[in-house]
Amino acid sequence: MISLAGRDILHSWGKFVFTGVGLGLLIGVTLTMAGVYRGMVDDAKVLLDNSGADLWVVQQDTLGPYAEPSSLYDDVYRTIRGMPGVDRAANITYLTMQVRQGERDVRAMVVGVVPGGPGEPGQPGYLIAGRQITRSHYEAVADVATGFKLGERIQIRRNHYAVVGLTRRMVSSGGDPMVFIPLKDAQEAQFLKDNDAIAQQRRRTAGNPAFNRPGTPGLLDAVLASQSINPYINSVLVQVKPGFSPEEVAKPIRRWKRLQVYTRVQMEEILIGKLIATAAKQIGMFLVILAIVSAAIVAFIIYTLTLGKIREIAVLKLIGTRNRTIAGMIMQQALGLGLIGFVVGKISATFWAPIFPKYVLLEPGDALLGFAGVFVICALASVLAIRAALKVDPAEAIGG
Amino acid sequence: MKFISINRRMLALLAVVVPLLALLIYVALRSGPLAPIPVTATTVESRSIAPALFGIGTVEARFTYRIGPTVAGRIKRVEVQVGEMVQAGQLLGEMDPVDLDNRIAAQDAALKRSGSVVLAAEAQVRETLARKSYAENQASRYEQLLKVRAVSEEAVEGKLQERQVTEASFAAARANLDAASQETARIHAERGGLIQQRANLRLIAPVRGLVAARNADPGTTVVAGQSVVEVIDPASLWINVRFDQLHVSGLRTGLPVQIVLRSQEGIRFAGRVLRVEPMADAVTEETLAKVIFDELPKRLPPIGELAEVTVAMSALPETPVLPNASVQRVAGRLGVWLIEEDKLRFAPIKVGATDLDGRVQIIEGIKAGERVVVYSQRALGPRSRVKIVERLEGVSP
Repeated sequence: MISLAGRDILHSWGKFVFTGVGLGLLIGVTLTMAGVYRGMVDDAKVLLDNSGADLWVVQQDTLGPYAEPSSLYDDVYRTIRGMPGVDRAANITYLTMQVRQGERDVRAMVVGVVPGGPGEPGQPGYLIAGRQITRSHYEAVADVATGFKLGERIQIRRNHYAVVGLTRRMVSSGGDPMVFIPLKDAQEAQFLKDNDAIAQQRRRTAGNPAFNRPGTPGLLDAVLASQSINPYINSVLVQVKPGFSPEEVAKPIRRWKRLQVYTRVQMEEILIGKLIATAAKQIGMFLVILAIVSAAIVAFIIYTLTLGKIREIAVLKLIGTRNRTIAGMIMQQALGLGLIGFVVGKISATFWAPIFPKYVLLEPGDALLGFAGVFVICALASVLAIRAALKVDPAEAIGG
Repeated sequence: MKFISINRRMLALLAVVVPLLALLIYVALRSGPLAPIPVTATTVESRSIAPALFGIGTVEARFTYRIGPTVAGRIKRVEVQVGEMVQAGQLLGEMDPVDLDNRIAAQDAALKRSGSVVLAAEAQVRETLARKSYAENQASRYEQLLKVRAVSEEAVEGKLQERQVTEASFAAARANLDAASQETARIHAERGGLIQQRANLRLIAPVRGLVAARNADPGTTVVAGQSVVEVIDPASLWINVRFDQLHVSGLRTGLPVQIVLRSQEGIRFAGRVLRVEPMADAVTEETLAKVIFDELPKRLPPIGELAEVTVAMSALPETPVLPNASVQRVAGRLGVWLIEEDKLRFAPIKVGATDLDGRVQIIEGIKAGERVVVYSQRALGPRSRVKIVERLEGVSP
């Protein structure tokens, strides 16, 4: 028994392989698109993981701190620390902005953390170089995706920060890399106006007779000082004591402190269900269309490959080859093509995924699903081709 | 012949397919969850660390003299400009005296007038004295004449009454003189007060110092206590430093510090802690301290300039020490990932003091000489496969 399929492939192996590679690149694009979708969801999850919190305490009636702005007074954490079941509570601020370094600037999420030592909520969980923040001012730990290097000076608003540590996969839900700086600096960066605005505000206040009374010399200074305070933060991260469930700890804070508290599950719902929902659906829709188009292209390729061999099939029929043998040949070729396509697709997706500016997560499960999908599509497509082949009149081999 | 050609084709096909499969296997093992996580490792060493404290402060003058009038008024002149050095007692400016000079002139006139009043009163005293002594003589003479019955009793009574009247008018004249002298003294004192008030309108430098601010110009009306000129003592510059309360244990008077001024970033000035304030800032959760320069910078920093202050604490005894990047919190417990024969084990630890270079004292949990993960490409778990590398990908040397 000779393998008809193998013989046929060998006969025109170049055509076969190149068709397979072309198909593979298409499958690669589909796999990458699935990776982009997974990456988006993973960005949102990794943001929650990195914060190291069990609970997020935010302003009442907001979906903060990621999906909506939330501002709390920075002494709220003291009362929360005293609530039952709270192990650690730490203030945190988030602000997405351009961080300048020399000539260039990078879009980053600036996170203000309490420099309280390793393992505190909000601190980056692991580093790939350097050290954690030890000074309470003017030090930064940056995600490696920002392109900053150890020892470089970066500028956030009017202050300069030394990069003392690098981390990885610390991103906002939008995929912007994070830059961690001490909380007090971050509060200043977030709530302090630029110098021109401050100067103008001072002038405006000084021009207001209500604040600049000749009879009350200290009043203007007091008003100006009160205008430049920034005792706000975005959220308090809470770690609960062992033996307490997050919901159990969250309830009294909601009830007695009149603040909104989210658990990890709720936060994930907010991020994935609300914040990135539209963007993720957009990508998901594109993925579905891409998958359908890929399937159609695979089917057409196999169909046309078979039609190209219609004369040879007619000859086979003429010499009395059984239908099963012909069908088997076409099916085997289609599956072979699918195999090459999948291999090329997987390899190419793996190689170009790291080049993407945002995270592309290629999950093995997705790859397996893709593998099964490719085979099912190839098998279905070959059915069409087999039908066409079996309908061929053996006389065509002679008549042409 | 045909057999060979088929073989050649097969070889060509294999030449394409085999590398592809090899690549697939490589890709599957080197990326994704099957791939080992690259980590860097370090050995726990026993050494002593010198913790340090980092704080931010502003340059301030220890003594600021705000010089202004003690009563409301208009400024007549301001003699000094910002940046000038002034001596103790130097005239800095003057308030408009308005009618004060006229009032002094009025007092002068009143003084002269009261001098005349005193003279008149003295003359009156002398006159009444003369009349009194004449009346007394007359009375004693008539009394002797009455003894020899040379005059009538009535005439003697008349003389006696005259004596009493002159005595009374003498007493009145004496009292008038007293009143006139008192009046003179009063006017004198009032005039002295006005002159002092006048002197008080002159703004005088209380010490030798530098004019730091000139808050008002001639013609401006200022209220009592509002400063017109501010003078500082440049030799008394200090830095009001704020330290985060998290790490301030051990901060005390006399510790050496390094000061970096925002305007002179490369230069480190030596100094020391003058005092730690007994009152901390409850709102910002910072402890305040005053730091002074060992030697003042040649170009004095402006008041209010930002300064970074690093306080060196005394070295601690030797303990196992690790970089703070290796300390992580896993499932609520602080610890490190120990490497034991290529396997990971999470060892809970207790940490002590840290220094500014990120070294942490390990009080409990691991011993010197053990191998510990410092950096990792991903978050680690007890089942993670790791590959120890010199340096992680994406980190420049």
